[in-house]
Amino acid sequence: MKKLSYEAAIKKLEDIVRALEEGNHPLEDALKLFEEGTKLAAFCNAYLDNAEQKITELTLADAEESSDEQ
Amino acid sequence: MKTPVVLTVSQLNTYIKSVIDSDGNLSNVYVCAEISNLADRHVSGHFYMTLKDGASSIKAVMFRNAAQRLKFRPENGMSVIARGRISVFERDGLYQLYIDDMQPDGLGALNLAFEQLKRKLEAEGLFNSDRKKPIPKYPAVIGVITSATGAAVKDILHILSRRFPVAQVVLCPVQVQGAAAAAQIAAAVKLFNSGPFADVLIVSRGGGSIEDLWAFNEEIVARAVAASTIPVISAVGHETDYTICDFVADLRAPTPSAAAELAVPDKAEQQSYLYSLRFRCRNAAENRIREHRARLEQLTASPSLASPLTAVNIGRQNLDAILSVMRYKLDAVIGSETKRLSGLSGKLDAMSPLKVLSRGYAIALYPGGSVIKDAASVKKGSEVDVRLAKGILRCAVKDIVSTKPKAGEK
Repeated sequence: MKKLSYEAAIKKLEDIVRALEEGNHPLEDALKLFEEGTKLAAFCNAYLDNAEQKITELTLADAEESSDEQ
Repeated sequence: MKTPVVLTVSQLNTYIKSVIDSDGNLSNVYVCAEISNLADRHVSGHFYMTLKDGASSIKAVMFRNAAQRLKFRPENGMSVIARGRISVFERDGLYQLYIDDMQPDGLGALNLAFEQLKRKLEAEGLFNSDRKKPIPKYPAVIGVITSATGAAVKDILHILSRRFPVAQVVLCPVQVQGAAAAAQIAAAVKLFNSGPFADVLIVSRGGGSIEDLWAFNEEIVARAVAASTIPVISAVGHETDYTICDFVADLRAPTPSAAAELAVPDKAEQQSYLYSLRFRCRNAAENRIREHRARLEQLTASPSLASPLTAVNIGRQNLDAILSVMRYKLDAVIGSETKRLSGLSGKLDAMSPLKVLSRGYAIALYPGGSVIKDAASVKKGSEVDVRLAKGILRCAVKDIVSTKPKAGEK
């Protein structure tokens, strides 16, 4: 799977669930959707489980330096 | 006796001006007054007005450079404290107050400035709801602009780490009060946008007096927030405090903690939501499989698929039925033909020559087997056969007796 934002993944998962629930797909497609949905859910879960909050700092001094360069 | 000095008007006015200009008391005066006859020169940018109290008035002018620094717009009837110097406009012999700075008088000064800026930005449409950008549901990076040491930053970081530790926080520490605060806050907003370095910004400060919160009422902050392409959540002071920054921001939060709550989803809620999605996904997939299986079963249960011989059997049955009908008909035909045949053979039997022989008649035959009908056709001494009902007599012809044909006979 491509590198995906959590938001994009959740949205895709929601779409897949909706599509599966509508049930207009041939079985093969439905199984593919299910497989993809499972992967997306795993990705999202891993994303949520991941992580101590990372805190970094952006200082205005950086901004002055960068604007000096211009 | 001194000769009187005769001056020109110009000389006189120049002299008066020099006297007044050299008076230290008049070079920096504060005057409390009400504005009247205000003339706002749009072209030059200078303000001309009359300052008055109940009894007196004085002409006043505020040149463009000073006027531009005003935080409010002077209006007629407004009470102000003006600071400036007294000098003389020589052409008209007019002494007047040259205003360097002016504040609205009284406690309402800041409120007035607030109301005026609010009205101005509102008129520009900066508060319009159609300008508000949606706050992303799942920000990966949250930019926080606030004091590094205040209570606000602690509250915000605490909530963010409790609710959604997944998101990264980029903190840009700024002064949130004092002379440099507004410029720093504005610069920080621009800095985040130069990346962009965040998916959502929280611009915040804990509670304080209106003066403490003032930086968030400055136009430079309002403009920076309005220009931000990153959605901005503003959380300044307590629930009851409203700042210009709040109005311009995409979302106002009543407190810094609330801003953090609004900026991120709750991880636990997300997890249960995700769980429900997975459940629905599995369920839906299983339902699809079940449906397809049911359809398959329905199809295989149909007789034509249940046994491929059925069609053949049906065909065979039809064929059998046809055959039995045919056989029945054939039997009927044979039966009637048989009856007819036995009737005919009965008749035939009755007409048989053998039956005649049994009554005592005999048939004479040439040796070749053909019937002798005329005695004259047989030679004396030849042999003939005489057939009886039973057996044959082989006879020699002794004599031939011709019977004369009777009259009428041939």
